[in-house]
Amino acid sequence: MIPLNPKLFDADVEQAPIRAGFGEGLVLAGRLDSRVVAMCCDLTESTKMDAFAKEFPKRFFEMGIMEQSSASVASGMAAMGKIPFISSYAMFSPGRNWEQIRTNICYNDRPVKIVGSHAGVSVGPDGGTHQACEDIALTRVIPRMVVITPCDSIEARKATIAMAKTNSPTYIRLAREKTPIITTEDTPFEIGKAQEFFRSAVAPKVGIIACGSLVYNAIIAGKELEGEGIGSVVLNIGTVKPMDRNAVVALAKECGAIVTVEEHQVAGGMGSAVAEILATEHPTRMAFIGVLDMFGQSGLPAELLEHYGMGVSHIKEAVRKLL
Amino acid sequence: MTHLHDDKIKFLEEKALEIRKTIIEALVEAKSGHTAGPLGMADIFTAFYFHILKHDPKNPTWEDRDRLVLSNGHICPVLYATMAHAGYFPVKEMQTLRKFGTRLQGHPHREYLPMLETSSGPLGQGLSQAVGMALVDRLDRGQNSNRTVYCFLGDGELNEGQVWEAAMLAGKEKLHNLVAIVDRNNIQIDGYTENIMPLEPLALKWAAFGWHVLEIDGHNMEAIVDAVDTARAIFEKPSVIIAHTIPGKGVEMFQHDFKWHGNPPNKEQGANALAELRTLGGQIASEHE
Repeated sequence: MIPLNPKLFDADVEQAPIRAGFGEGLVLAGRLDSRVVAMCCDLTESTKMDAFAKEFPKRFFEMGIMEQSSASVASGMAAMGKIPFISSYAMFSPGRNWEQIRTNICYNDRPVKIVGSHAGVSVGPDGGTHQACEDIALTRVIPRMVVITPCDSIEARKATIAMAKTNSPTYIRLAREKTPIITTEDTPFEIGKAQEFFRSAVAPKVGIIACGSLVYNAIIAGKELEGEGIGSVVLNIGTVKPMDRNAVVALAKECGAIVTVEEHQVAGGMGSAVAEILATEHPTRMAFIGVLDMFGQSGLPAELLEHYGMGVSHIKEAVRKLL
Repeated sequence: MTHLHDDKIKFLEEKALEIRKTIIEALVEAKSGHTAGPLGMADIFTAFYFHILKHDPKNPTWEDRDRLVLSNGHICPVLYATMAHAGYFPVKEMQTLRKFGTRLQGHPHREYLPMLETSSGPLGQGLSQAVGMALVDRLDRGQNSNRTVYCFLGDGELNEGQVWEAAMLAGKEKLHNLVAIVDRNNIQIDGYTENIMPLEPLALKWAAFGWHVLEIDGHNMEAIVDAVDTARAIFEKPSVIIAHTIPGKGVEMFQHDFKWHGNPPNKEQGANALAELRTLGGQIASEHE
């Protein structure tokens, strides 16, 4: 079994923002490889690039509020041998600069790393303009792009270090709010590898595939369902693309039913990617937890997740309906 | 400042003529593609690949080379034709332009033709990439780097807001190792630039963004070379050369008419154009054939 935080099910489980792990990881990646450079669009503290900027002032570039140019500048830097990270809110990068990412970065096959912070409705009070629920869909359709959705700050740190070592254009999706620490320093992380984070004592009848900020809710749902005598397995799909096809198909074969859980539009998101695999390789009954073709709004993160149907109760309900 | 000898000017003009012929022949064969822009930029491309640019066609990834980013990728027939004549690939490969399986894609794609510095076509994105290259050049080699990053832009694409983002950034960073060349031919697909989206006063706009501005006749070899020399000697800011060009230059039928922006000549029009090119209507010093 994969080592996870022993306090995972405690009420006082430690919490940290996923974006904070990125900030730590970028500094470590910068120490490991002098080719790593970073650019931010006037959100340096908010996207947690500030530590890198402080340690490597010459390798950090303040771009001002120009997401489109940042993607293209990064492509030019990569053409000169650098490994550039560009950060902003997911709504603006990859939201606003999608075509620059598609053509200047992916079509050109440049190892630029796009860091989208503040993804999902859990951004909270800022409201719907700032709540990116479309970014997984936007990035995963681009050829060559790798899409990573860390489930906690520790995984985000490991993912950042790992993505700095590849030659692939990569998108990493971060969240603003503090979320529970699920993994430990010893939890392995590998791009493209899904991991089983929960397995009930009773035989599983449903597989729950979750990513990013909602992996915790999925695990809690699995645990509570176990109390009701409903067995499940929770898979953390840290890399949405390339997806771990073998793990997804094996889970579907074992359980016979799949629920996907993501803080993103159901259309085009991680669940869609799972469905694309299962429809062709092992047709399986599915349910999708995510935003249902709606925009976000202001509110507290927890109440927004409830309002848009992404709470623990919604996951449990989806499982019960499917069985 | 180095002055061009008459022999060199003659050599470059003859080379530009050959390149124009290759462009027309390729467009006729391709049956699609852009005519006006490539012919209008033939002199500047020739001056760069046969005199200005530090490059090695036999070693395209040479680290010390200058970088040339073509932002308005649709004029790639002139890029391809010039690179072919410079020795990057056989001139006869121009006959594959825009055909299935070709390395010479309708808009440049470096996956197919790796000697390109970048892929391009979607407008307004080249200058930002050139800025990225210039920033890294300075980061890695300091103020005294002897590499120069050049970016060729169309005037129509200056409608794109991203160009001005890049202009602002280059101005902020005082990137003296960056030289932009704007093909000021006054046309874009829907008509004349000043009717579609006025650009003037264009020189003042660049100056206001922190650039050193030069304006030249884009068909005068000596003026092209002199302007680049001047631009490279400016050490406190990036430079832009606004090159006034005649779209379709060299063939009366193509000149000045925006309809030739995005259309190729047919076989007969191509033959007429080639006949006219041989003398360039008497406009060039070195008529031959």
